[in-house]
Amino acid sequence: MEWEAVIGLEVHAQLNTKSKIFSGSATNYGAMPNTQICDIDIGLPGVLPVLNMEAVHKAITFGVAIGAQINDQSVFARKNYFYPDLPKGYQISQFELPIVGVGHLDITLEDGRSRRIGVTRAHLEEDAGKSLHEDFQGLSGIDLNRAGIPLLEIVSEPDIRTAKEAVAYLKTLHNLVRYINICDGNMQEGSFRCDANVSVRPKGQEKFGTRTETKNLNSFRFVERAINYEIERQIEVIESGGVIMQETRLFNADTNETKMMRSKEDANDYRYFPDPDLLPVRVTAEQIRQIKSTLPELPAEKQQRFVDDLHLSTDTATTLVSNKALADYFETGLKAAPEHGQLVANWVIGELLGALNKASLDITQCPIPAEHIGTLVARIIDKTISTKIAKTVFETMFNGEGTPDEIIEAKGLKQVTDTAEIEKMVDEIITQFPEQLADYRSGKDKLFGFFVGQAMKASKGKANPAQLNEILKTKLQN
Amino acid sequence: MHNKTLAEIARDLEAKNYSSVEVTQHFLDRIKNLDAKFNSFITVTADHALAQAQAADAARAEGKAGPLTGVPIAQKDIFCTQGIKTSCGSKMLDNFISPYDATVVKKFNNAGCVMLGKTNMDEFAMGSSNENSFYGPVVNPWQENTVPGGSSGGSAAAVAARLTPGATGTDTGGSIRQPAALCGITGLKPTYGRVSRYGMVAFASSLDQGGPMTQTAEDAALMLNVMAGFDERDSTSLDVDTPDFTATLNKDLKGMTIGLPKEFFDERLSPEMAKQIDAVKNELTKLGINFKEISLQATALSIPAYYIIAPAECSSNLSRFDGVRFGHRCENPKSLKDLYERSRAEGFGTEVKRRIMIGTYALSAGYYDAYYLKALKIRRLIHNDFENAFTEVDAILGPTTPTPAFKIGEKSDDPISLYLSDIYTTAVNLAGLPGISIPCGQINNLPVGCQLIGPRLQEARLLNIAHQLQQHTDWHKQAPQIEAN
Amino acid sequence: MAITNDEVKKIAQLAGLQVTEADIATYADNLSNILNLVGQMDNADTSEVKPMAHPFDNSARLRADVVSEQDQRDALLAIAPETESGLYLVPKVIEE
Repeated sequence: MEWEAVIGLEVHAQLNTKSKIFSGSATNYGAMPNTQICDIDIGLPGVLPVLNMEAVHKAITFGVAIGAQINDQSVFARKNYFYPDLPKGYQISQFELPIVGVGHLDITLEDGRSRRIGVTRAHLEEDAGKSLHEDFQGLSGIDLNRAGIPLLEIVSEPDIRTAKEAVAYLKTLHNLVRYINICDGNMQEGSFRCDANVSVRPKGQEKFGTRTETKNLNSFRFVERAINYEIERQIEVIESGGVIMQETRLFNADTNETKMMRSKEDANDYRYFPDPDLLPVRVTAEQIRQIKSTLPELPAEKQQRFVDDLHLSTDTATTLVSNKALADYFETGLKAAPEHGQLVANWVIGELLGALNKASLDITQCPIPAEHIGTLVARIIDKTISTKIAKTVFETMFNGEGTPDEIIEAKGLKQVTDTAEIEKMVDEIITQFPEQLADYRSGKDKLFGFFVGQAMKASKGKANPAQLNEILKTKLQN
Repeated sequence: MHNKTLAEIARDLEAKNYSSVEVTQHFLDRIKNLDAKFNSFITVTADHALAQAQAADAARAEGKAGPLTGVPIAQKDIFCTQGIKTSCGSKMLDNFISPYDATVVKKFNNAGCVMLGKTNMDEFAMGSSNENSFYGPVVNPWQENTVPGGSSGGSAAAVAARLTPGATGTDTGGSIRQPAALCGITGLKPTYGRVSRYGMVAFASSLDQGGPMTQTAEDAALMLNVMAGFDERDSTSLDVDTPDFTATLNKDLKGMTIGLPKEFFDERLSPEMAKQIDAVKNELTKLGINFKEISLQATALSIPAYYIIAPAECSSNLSRFDGVRFGHRCENPKSLKDLYERSRAEGFGTEVKRRIMIGTYALSAGYYDAYYLKALKIRRLIHNDFENAFTEVDAILGPTTPTPAFKIGEKSDDPISLYLSDIYTTAVNLAGLPGISIPCGQINNLPVGCQLIGPRLQEARLLNIAHQLQQHTDWHKQAPQIEAN
Repeated sequence: MAITNDEVKKIAQLAGLQVTEADIATYADNLSNILNLVGQMDNADTSEVKPMAHPFDNSARLRADVVSEQDQRDALLAIAPETESGLYLVPKVIEE
C-alpha cells in the first residue's frame, strides 16, 4: 500500500525582548543560575504579572508578516500542572483566544516548487525554567532564569506531507522571525524549538490517522530524522497489524529514534481558565496598521526585488534571502558597485561563502566588511585589477590585511594598461625566444599561448589580458 | 487613650498631646496584656513598631508629618511585610519571611503609620469564623466562645477590643464586612481595583480586595486615603483619580435614594435582624433619604456562583505552594510527587484543601462548562442586576449577615451552613462593587451590622452616608466590656 | 450530584494533595454537598449570557520593555527549603 504522512509543526520562538513577559527581569542567555529572577518569576505569594508591551508588539508583527488575522481581543489563560521548572504551578498562556489567528507561510521546495502551509494560530506564553541533572546527591537543581521569557507558539495546519517539507517550512519560519527581528533564532540556545505532530494514512484517504507528537527537536537535521523515523515506524506498526496510539514521544539524537514519553491517558488535565490577574489584551486596527507600515521587507518581497530590480537569477536571489544577515551583507556590498548585482552576488555566494565554510564561520562572523567586497568588484569593473588578481586580493582581505585599495597598492597589484609599457615587454619576449617566433610564424598557431604565458609572467600577472593579446597578435605577425 | 478613634489619635498627635512612641507603647502593652484571650495577633512587631514610632516623632519634630504620621495600625497577616513573617494563617507559610513589602504596606510606611503587628485570619482568607487559622481561633471580644467572623477576624477583634485603632482586612466574599458586623466595627470593602493587590497573598484574584477596618466611617476614610491608588504592579488596579475620602463625609444626604432589595428582606432574614435594619432606615429617613424597593433577583445565586469561582481561582493560586522555593516542605520526600503531595497535605488545613479540591473539580475536563463557565455567566447576571438597580438608586441597604456571631465550633463540622453566612456579601465581590458594614445595634448582647452597597468607585458616597448616620447614632460607639487580667 | 471515591482520588492527584483512605470518604461527602449547593445554578437560564471573568470589562494595561530587576539570588534563595550552588533542589526530575 502507498502511504502518505500528515505533519503539523508547533514552534516555540523565544521573543527577543529585553525583559521577561510578565516581570522586569533580564533575559540574557547563559547568565549564572537564578541571577535573572525576581519575586514575580519565582511566584512568591502576593506577586502579580504585568504584560510586556514589546512581546505583544512582536506577536502582532509576526501575525502581520504571515498575513494572519490579529484578534482584536485575546485572553491569557492558566495552564495548570505541577513541575519544578514551573514556579507558580501554572503556565500563563493563551488558550481559547490567541493573539494571532489564521495565516500562512509560502515555502519553496528543493525542486523549486512552491507550497502554501497554513498557520492555525500563534499565541503568547511564558517559558519555563530548566532542571539540571548533575548529581546533587540524587537530587535535581532548578534554574529559573528562563522562566518567564516570552514565547510565541506558532502552530501550523497539518498541511505538511514530508520531512523535507517540514524542514523547508521551519527554515522559512526561522528566517522570517529573524527578518522581522522578533527572535534571534538560536537553536542551540533553545530560542527556536520545534515539536512535530505526525500521522500516516493510505494515499487517497481523506481521514487523518492517529497522530503522535515528538517533542523538542532543536535542529533542522533532527526534525528531518525524527519525522522520517516516525513515518516509517507508524507504517510498520500498521502494516504488521498494530494500531498507532496517541502519545507524546521524545527524539533521541544518538540513535535517531523516537521513544514513547507518555500516552494520551497519562496526559494532564490542564484545567485552563482565564487568568484573573490579567485582563484581555485589546488590539486596535490603528495599531495593526501602524505595525504593518513599519514592517521590514520580508524575504519573499526581497527575493522578488532582487530578481526584478537587480536582475539576479532566481537561484542567486533565493540563496541570498535565505539568511537575513547574508542578504544584508550583499546589499551593503552592492553600494560600491550598484550596477553589478550579479557579479557582487557571485563573489558573495561563491568565494565568500566558500571561504567562510572552510573556516567554519557564519556570515555574521565574516572577516571582510561588506563594503570591501563591493569595492573589490568595482576594481574589477574599472579594470584596476583582473579577476585573477582579485582572488589574490580577496584571500588577503580574508586574512584581515586591509581594504582592496590598500592591498592593491601595497602589493603593487594594479593592472598594467599602458600600451607602450606592454609593447616594450612584448618586444623583449619576442627577442628572447627567436626559435619559437620562427615556428609561430611558420604556422604553429598554438605557440601564441606560450607567448601570452611568458608575457604575463614577465608582468607578474598584472598586464591587462585583452590588451596583451591584442599587442602580441600584432607584433608576432610582423 | 485606646478608646479614641484613629482620627482622634491623629489630631492628638498633631496637637502633641502625646507622642507616637507613647501611643504605640500603650497599644503594645494592651496587646501584651489582653490578646492572650482573643488571639487576634499572629505576630506582634514591638521593636519594629517602636522604631517606626520614633521615626514618626522625629518627622513630626521636623515639620514633616502627614495626616496619619505616627498613628498605629495593624496589618492582616495576608499582606507581605519585608523581613517579617507573613503566614496568611497557614502552616504552609509559618516559616515565610517575605523578602518584599506589599504595596499597601509600603503606602502605610510612606504615610508614617506604625505597624503594631500582623493579625490572625482564616487560613489563606478562607473562612467566615476565623476557626481555620493554623494559629488557633480568634475569640470575639463581645462574648467568650463566640467567633469574630472571618476571614479578617483578627483585625476585627483587635479593633473591637481596642488593641489597635485600625487594621487592614481583605474581602473576597465578605471577609471585611462580615467580621466587622460580628465585632461591632466599621469595615469597608472598596471597589475591585481601588486598592492594589500587589503583595496581598491571593485567594481569588478576581474577587480579593483590601480595605480598612475601624471604629468609625471617618477612620475608614482616613485609612482608605492611604490604601487607595493606582499601582502599575497590579494589572487589575484601576487607573483613576483617588479622591480625598474625608472631604465629602459631611455632605448633605437630602434627596438621596437608597434601594432595599426585596431578596435581602425575605423569610431568611430573622425578625430581630429586620428590626435593626428598620432602625437604620428610620435614622436615615430623618436625614432626608428616600427608600425604594428594588430587586436583585440573580443575587439568590451568588453563593453557588461564588463557591465555584472563588475555589476555582484559589485552586490555581495556591499551586505555587509546592515546597520548592519557599514555605513548608515535607521531611525526606521520596519523589517529586511525594514532595508536592505531602508538603501540600501537611501545609494546608482542612478548609483550604476542601476549596482546592472543589475548585480543581470545577475546572476539570468535562465539568468546566457546567460549573465554572456557568458561574461566570451568573456573575454577569448579578452584575447586570446591580447596574440596573443603580440607575434608580444611589446606594443599597441590607443586613451584612443573617445572624449575629455564632459559637466557636457551632458550624465547623458543616461547611455549607458556614458558607451561607456569606449570603448578603458575596454578590458585592462578584460585581466588584464597594460595600461597607457599619454597626447597627445588638441582638442578645452581640453586635450586628448593616451593609451599604454603592456603584463602582462610589466609596466616598458610602462613607458619607455611614458617617452621617454615625453622627446621629451611637451604635458604633458601643464597645465590648474588657477587663484586664 | 454525588462524587465517588475514585473521583476524589483523581481530583486530589490533579490538586497535588495527598489524601488518606479516611480522608477520601469525607471529601466525597463534603464535595457532594457543595455540588448540591452550587447545583442551584441550573435554575438560571444563562443561554444568552456572556461569561464574566473580571468584575469590569476593562482591557490590559501593558508595561514598557525595561529591565527593572537586579540580581537578587541570595535574598530569594535564602527563603528556600533546600538549595545548592545557586539552584533550588528537588527530588530527581525524571527527564520527560
